[in-house]
Amino acid sequence: MMLSRMFSGDFPRSRFLALMLLVAFAGLTLAPFLFPGARALNVAATICVFIVLVASYDLLLGYTGIVSFAHTMFYGIGAYGVGLSLYSVGPTWGAVFMGLTIALILSLVLALVIGLFSLRVKAIFYAMITLAVASAFAVLASQLSDFTGGEDGRTFGVPEVLRPGFRLIDAEVFGTAINGKLITYYLVFFSALALFLLLLRVVNSPFGRVLQAIRENDFRAEALGYRTVVYRTLANCLSAVTATLAGALMALWLRYTGPQTTLSLTIMMDILLIVVIGGMGTLYGAAIGSALFILAQNYLQALMRQASEGLAAVPVLANLFHPDRWLLWLGVLFVLSVYYFPSGIVGKLRGRK
Amino acid sequence: MLSLTGVHTHIGQYHILQGVDLVLPHGELTVLLGRNGAGKTTTLRTIMGLWHASRGALVFDGSDITQTATADIACAGIAYVPENMGIFSDLTVHENLVLAARDGEPDKARLEWIFGFFPALKKFWNQAAGTLSGGQKQMLAIARAIVEPRKLLLVDEPTKGLAPAIIQSLITAFRELKAMETTILLVEQNFNFVRSLGDSVAVMDDGRIVHVGPMAELSENLDLQQKLLGLSLDTHQ
Repeated sequence: MMLSRMFSGDFPRSRFLALMLLVAFAGLTLAPFLFPGARALNVAATICVFIVLVASYDLLLGYTGIVSFAHTMFYGIGAYGVGLSLYSVGPTWGAVFMGLTIALILSLVLALVIGLFSLRVKAIFYAMITLAVASAFAVLASQLSDFTGGEDGRTFGVPEVLRPGFRLIDAEVFGTAINGKLITYYLVFFSALALFLLLLRVVNSPFGRVLQAIRENDFRAEALGYRTVVYRTLANCLSAVTATLAGALMALWLRYTGPQTTLSLTIMMDILLIVVIGGMGTLYGAAIGSALFILAQNYLQALMRQASEGLAAVPVLANLFHPDRWLLWLGVLFVLSVYYFPSGIVGKLRGRK
Repeated sequence: MLSLTGVHTHIGQYHILQGVDLVLPHGELTVLLGRNGAGKTTTLRTIMGLWHASRGALVFDGSDITQTATADIACAGIAYVPENMGIFSDLTVHENLVLAARDGEPDKARLEWIFGFFPALKKFWNQAAGTLSGGQKQMLAIARAIVEPRKLLLVDEPTKGLAPAIIQSLITAFRELKAMETTILLVEQNFNFVRSLGDSVAVMDDGRIVHVGPMAELSENLDLQQKLLGLSLDTHQ
């Protein structure tokens, strides 16, 4: 009963998927203790943030059928909001909440304006409008260098309790120091978990059902009495606000914000890929897709190095698996996954077509 | 209940409805007949606001709905069952009906009443609508339109491609709806289906209503059938 409420009645509906989710959840929960080291923890935190970011995009693309390229803009607003506030005001919780509030209001207003003015047009035009707005925002962030730090971005301090030098207790737990970095990780982890469960609640609510109906056929949804523009705009706002929160979490984790980490088109492409690979219209797809994608992005090169060294005696293969070709193999893996899992990993595991 | 006065509808460069005049009396079932391309579906879609009339007036329950948004027309009490069934394939039978009920879970007694003539819907309650057979999808489409009491039902060719047993269920459903004084506008090619159901009949040709009268009159008058439809209605099935 409690589990059903927590998952909003939307269970994985596949044993293997449930196992994958359980492994991912356990891995992320215990990451600081299981995988010591700055890089591993950074990968785990990035996975947590991307789960929220991709799930919020899936609310738009997978559940409502809206193709938007402005998602990284909202992500960037969250990161810049918190980052610039901490940079200007100083490393206090007041600065965090002030930056976050300003960022959320800005995102909400922008999403509302873009939604109301643009969601009446055809999907392709909406996609183009969001691309133009997002590009303009990225240029603006880069050009206003006195304020934003331009292409270099801004490094800033965080409240004391989140600083690596802060020790909650002097003793180590399972060989891991209970310091500010660990606290920041769990802040990111629990915030991401709460936001993910909230999105799960949204998509399984009557509101979520209307969004799915709109995705399938907006005229039919209208004919049932639903104002599709209103619902689309609400979905746009909700998605934008969640992406903003994800951006704020990323900024707190990195203690840095810049165009390459939040506003770049590459991140937008990554989000799109993760949604497709994980399975559109399945929030669990965002979780599985993010975990696999970020792991591949961070460890494929190292794996290939080992493979290349192991195959040193075989000239062609050693060359083929050379670590410099990791992006090529990442691309091949994507093509294969889209080919074999056209409805995404979660879609396939749930027995869809 | 609903009146259309001199309604013209353009779809792109095509002038489809060319001055439709039609009155649907309260509690009656009106059958709209006509050859393919005469403008029957466009009439239903214009009433529903899916295409807006470029000229003329549509008055429903005393209110002008000529330029009203589709969602508001639906909220005013008009339900539409399109020719292609119009169900949401990715949602379950249950979710399709909840969506149509708009204010949460449908009334249990009303659901049982619907299950009375469409039992398959109960059986496949939690199954994705896309996996139902054609007849079951049509049942769901009609159930969705009647899951809440509506003032006017617009139904486009409900028997198209259906097995006789399912058509009999539809006849029962429409009879009960008539008994509940629901006004119905039914576009249908299957004359045997509508002969016993229809109170009145309107015949369309080239975007206009060319005949309006009691169903009994057209049903019994072979000359009139020949004149209006170019064939006897007995073969118009």
